[in-house]
Amino acid sequence: MSSDESRPLMMRLPARLRRVDPAVATAFGCTILLLFLGSLYSPEFLSPDYLLQQLKVASFLGVIATGMMVVILLGQIDLSVPWVVAVGGMMACAATAHGEAGMVLAIPFGLLCGVALGIVNGIGVAYLRIPSMIITLAVNAVAQGLMVAYTGGFSPQDSASDAMRFIATGEVVFGIPNALIVWVLIGAGAVFLFTRTTFGRAIYAIGNRERAAYLSGIGTQRVVMIAFAISGGLSALGGVLLAGYASKAAQAMGDPYLLPSIAAVVLGGTSILGGRGSYLGTVAGVILITLLQSILSVMQMEEFGRQVIYGVVIIVMLLLYGRERLVR
Amino acid sequence: MSDWRYRLAEQRGTLLGVAIFLLMFTIYVSNHPAGFTANVVQTAANKGVLLALVAMAQTFVVLTAGIDLSVGMIFILTNCVGSYIVTGSMGTALLGVIGVLVLGLACGALNGLIVIYGRLQPIVTTIATGSIFYGIALWLRPQPGSSDDFNSDIADLMTSQLPGGIPMSLVALLVIVVLVWLPFRRSPVGRAVYAIGSSEVAAYMSGVPIRRAKFAAYTLSGLLAAMGGLYFTFITYSGVASFADGSTYTLYSIAAVVLGGVSLFGGVGSAVGAIFGALAFRTIGDLIFVFDLEPLWQTLFQGVVLLLAVCIGSARLFQVRNRLDLFA
Amino acid sequence: MDAGVPLFRMEGVSKRYGGVRALEEAELNVHGGRVHAILGENGAGKSTLIKVMAGVVAPDKGRMTLEGREVSFPDPAAANQAGVVCIFQELSLIPDLSVADNIAISNPPKRFGLIDRRAQRRMAEEALARAGGEDIHPMAPVKDLPLSRRQIVEIAKALARRPRILILDEATSALTAADVTKVFAVLKRLRSEGLALLFISHRMHEIAEIADECTVFRNGHNVATYRAGTKSDNEVVELMIGREYNHVFPPKQSVPPDKPPVIEVRNLSWTQRLRDISLAVRAGEVVGLGGLDGQGQRELLLALFGVLKGVSGELLIDGKPTPIASPEAAKCKPIGMALIPEDRKTEGLMLPMAVCDNLSFAALDRLSNAGVIDRAAERKAIEEMIRLLAIRTDGVDKPVGSLSGGNQQKVVIAKWLMVSPRIILLNDPTRGIDVGTKQEIYQLLRKLADSGAAIIFYSTDYDELIGCCNRVLVLYDGAVKRTLVEEEITERALIASALNIAADQGEAGFKPAVNA
Repeated sequence: MSSDESRPLMMRLPARLRRVDPAVATAFGCTILLLFLGSLYSPEFLSPDYLLQQLKVASFLGVIATGMMVVILLGQIDLSVPWVVAVGGMMACAATAHGEAGMVLAIPFGLLCGVALGIVNGIGVAYLRIPSMIITLAVNAVAQGLMVAYTGGFSPQDSASDAMRFIATGEVVFGIPNALIVWVLIGAGAVFLFTRTTFGRAIYAIGNRERAAYLSGIGTQRVVMIAFAISGGLSALGGVLLAGYASKAAQAMGDPYLLPSIAAVVLGGTSILGGRGSYLGTVAGVILITLLQSILSVMQMEEFGRQVIYGVVIIVMLLLYGRERLVR
Repeated sequence: MSDWRYRLAEQRGTLLGVAIFLLMFTIYVSNHPAGFTANVVQTAANKGVLLALVAMAQTFVVLTAGIDLSVGMIFILTNCVGSYIVTGSMGTALLGVIGVLVLGLACGALNGLIVIYGRLQPIVTTIATGSIFYGIALWLRPQPGSSDDFNSDIADLMTSQLPGGIPMSLVALLVIVVLVWLPFRRSPVGRAVYAIGSSEVAAYMSGVPIRRAKFAAYTLSGLLAAMGGLYFTFITYSGVASFADGSTYTLYSIAAVVLGGVSLFGGVGSAVGAIFGALAFRTIGDLIFVFDLEPLWQTLFQGVVLLLAVCIGSARLFQVRNRLDLFA
Repeated sequence: MDAGVPLFRMEGVSKRYGGVRALEEAELNVHGGRVHAILGENGAGKSTLIKVMAGVVAPDKGRMTLEGREVSFPDPAAANQAGVVCIFQELSLIPDLSVADNIAISNPPKRFGLIDRRAQRRMAEEALARAGGEDIHPMAPVKDLPLSRRQIVEIAKALARRPRILILDEATSALTAADVTKVFAVLKRLRSEGLALLFISHRMHEIAEIADECTVFRNGHNVATYRAGTKSDNEVVELMIGREYNHVFPPKQSVPPDKPPVIEVRNLSWTQRLRDISLAVRAGEVVGLGGLDGQGQRELLLALFGVLKGVSGELLIDGKPTPIASPEAAKCKPIGMALIPEDRKTEGLMLPMAVCDNLSFAALDRLSNAGVIDRAAERKAIEEMIRLLAIRTDGVDKPVGSLSGGNQQKVVIAKWLMVSPRIILLNDPTRGIDVGTKQEIYQLLRKLADSGAAIIFYSTDYDELIGCCNRVLVLYDGAVKRTLVEEEITERALIASALNIAADQGEAGFKPAVNA
């Protein structure tokens, strides 16, 4: 039975794009709608300062969501994001307490810790064939345990290095927040990876049909392991940015990023089953979620209202374009 | 004799879960300063039953090859609602209990309807509905609290100790297994749930009522989660809308079902196994106190044990002779 | 036998899948108490027609009448209710449930609303006995049964539904000769009880044994209906392909025996499925694997390609011992092996991905520098392959799932040709492919052999083995039963060695109603 091409694949450069992915279009459309609604509430909403601020906040989620997207494209999931983010932030801050060398190596060290945890996930999924949901959950618990033991249950006292503060809060170019530049760089890297490299092609193939990818002579297990390592590294980078932003790390700093990162990827048109999706969609999803959260807070909506609206929006949007085909 | 061999093979996962639990519990009780006394068992049972109920809820959905990330939030929501309506005289309190259970059914039904008719993937659907349920809970109980005329008689009854030292909670759990799980398992709808999880395509071709079965699975999941929430109300006399708790229960329920031999791929396992998996998981956590280790190490210990258990579970894969069998 | 009123009738039924017209104004008459065989190439529409009848697929147009009343089936359950039951190849068995659960899956005997296990078991045992499966334990999980047993369970399950119309969609392909005899006995008895039987098969001898009338499908509609036995095999094949039948194979080339072998295995064994196999293939040779289905041919190819673990014995490439641990290693330069796998839809292609992405997938490391794909080189290579193999597609960006079966298989082959393999393994490459594409593939194989490739080729089609191969190794129970060389390769010899009897035993030695 042939498959209906209800969703064109957006892996090619825009030049070959005759149709825009409906998911991406809807996501961006909703973003504009939100901006419009926000501007009705307060004209401040459309000011460049405010928008840049939003993009800066979105960058943290954006970096984390990039890692999540790599894993979701494989058809897997990474539930270790909350505490790998925390590990990234806390370990980077911890390194700063070790003199000059520590200051310089803070960021790489934090990232390395994230990558290491990602590799553990990767080995479990790729070589031990443990469902990603459960191994990343276990790694999350282990990471939490390690951090709780390390900090003695208190708030971490170490503060962020200057470099961390710089990339998270500084502005180098025309008042564009550095955090945003970090996201743009990471995003460009992701787009390059997905569209121009053999690794990226292998990810889509594995997400579509791992068996066929394996029989085509691709080292699928290696690819999966590296993908999880990337996700761990990017989660840790998110933690480093967050710690830089607040000048120090905090317990459970990664918790608010798990579900939004999954939602952002899915709202951007990436299929949760893998093999399908474009990075542009994830960008749209991240911006959408960030805007939604900030509009709700500007309206001074109570937390409960925010939670409900957040859930309703996700469902409504998915009903618009995230439905599985009815195969008959 | 071959009949018994088949029956045993069928229950393999559950028996493993029971074995893990017995092992953990023996270690726990033999090292507990108070030993194997009724009070020790009582406390352990009350805490364990909460996770056991949520794990049972998760089982129904996991059997269909889905996942329910909202069980923890249904637990929280029903806890908060229960703190309001299980009040007054025995009669009104009983009505309140029924009301809470109906709410659970409704929450589960919502999940089911969106997954079946909306044709959305369970993981994203339940992330969104979990958010909605949490929001409502937060609206009801912005601060932890309880009603003045809360009917503590029912609560005390359900958390009491029967003559002979048997915790009422375990009896209640047994009653629920006998009244809900066993009939479900033996019913055509229950078997349909297993069929769908094993192979939805084959189930469709065989004329299995897929929509009805999925709806039953999600609705019963909501019911069981509500029983958990209700029980939590009985223990604490109050309602608390804690995001962290809800999240924790959801994620721990996944760990519990895996420990209890329920396959995340669907079609294999039993709620009885999930119960033992939950009790085992709780016991593991409590081993910290028994061995007089720093409470700080509890999370790490739990995480490491979970990691090991999950890795060992996949050791069977090393027997695989044809690598193609590793792929779906 | 005169026509009478048809029990079931389909008229004007059409169904399209994307650009492919699976059914075009198809029509069929089914009579009670008769066995009606349906023939046609894969892609001719037989399977789709059956799926429409069984409620699996909804037709775009057309009507169906049962006993004169118009009916339509929104799902398989509705078709079953109406008495139309289809036996699929094994798609409809639930792997994790027991045999009894599967047989009684849709209407189990109940007591107080719950399934009555004991009654169910009795029902299952009865159904199994009727289908010739008395040796199957009702509590065994279906996933642990071998394919032939699963097919018997599928038959038992269909019979337990007390059908009025029974459809068998290639349902005997995995059965042994003894099983087929038993099943046919059951079917003949059901026929005499008034059951209408629809039998889709490629096996002329089976059709000759059991069918009362035949219908040939081509290009999505019914081109001929005739009484069984009134047309010769050749005539039937011509109806199926719509032109003069000329199964032409390109002329073979012999390879001098003193040339050193490119690939050689000595005493290769794996669990119980492969026993002590030794073979050597020289450059330019086409070696075939014959024998009944499931004797280890597939496993041998997988073992060579590095997919199996725990393989003992020696593997030599160009005379040097070279253990191969994975397909990745097999593909690599000094070895240069390629495997065209058994199931193109799940093992050869990523169906939702574009044709171009599938084509270049195995050769990506050659088309890239340090992991970055050279787009221009990729495009060139893809265009060249499409031209070389005459792959017909609406556009290289279209999902490969929208191509016809023959073109899909060409994409799989083209994908591997891009890595310029020296050793080519093929696992039943022309199964389910139209005759035109088959010819193209034969020509291609000959060209590849002539340019020095060593080819090992498993096929379930005797004509292919006879027409393409220099040598054929007939496998039986995982071991090489006999090697046939050049002129020795005849249908008689192939069948005889497949059945593990000496070729000179004569007509009395084997039954025509056998499958391989």
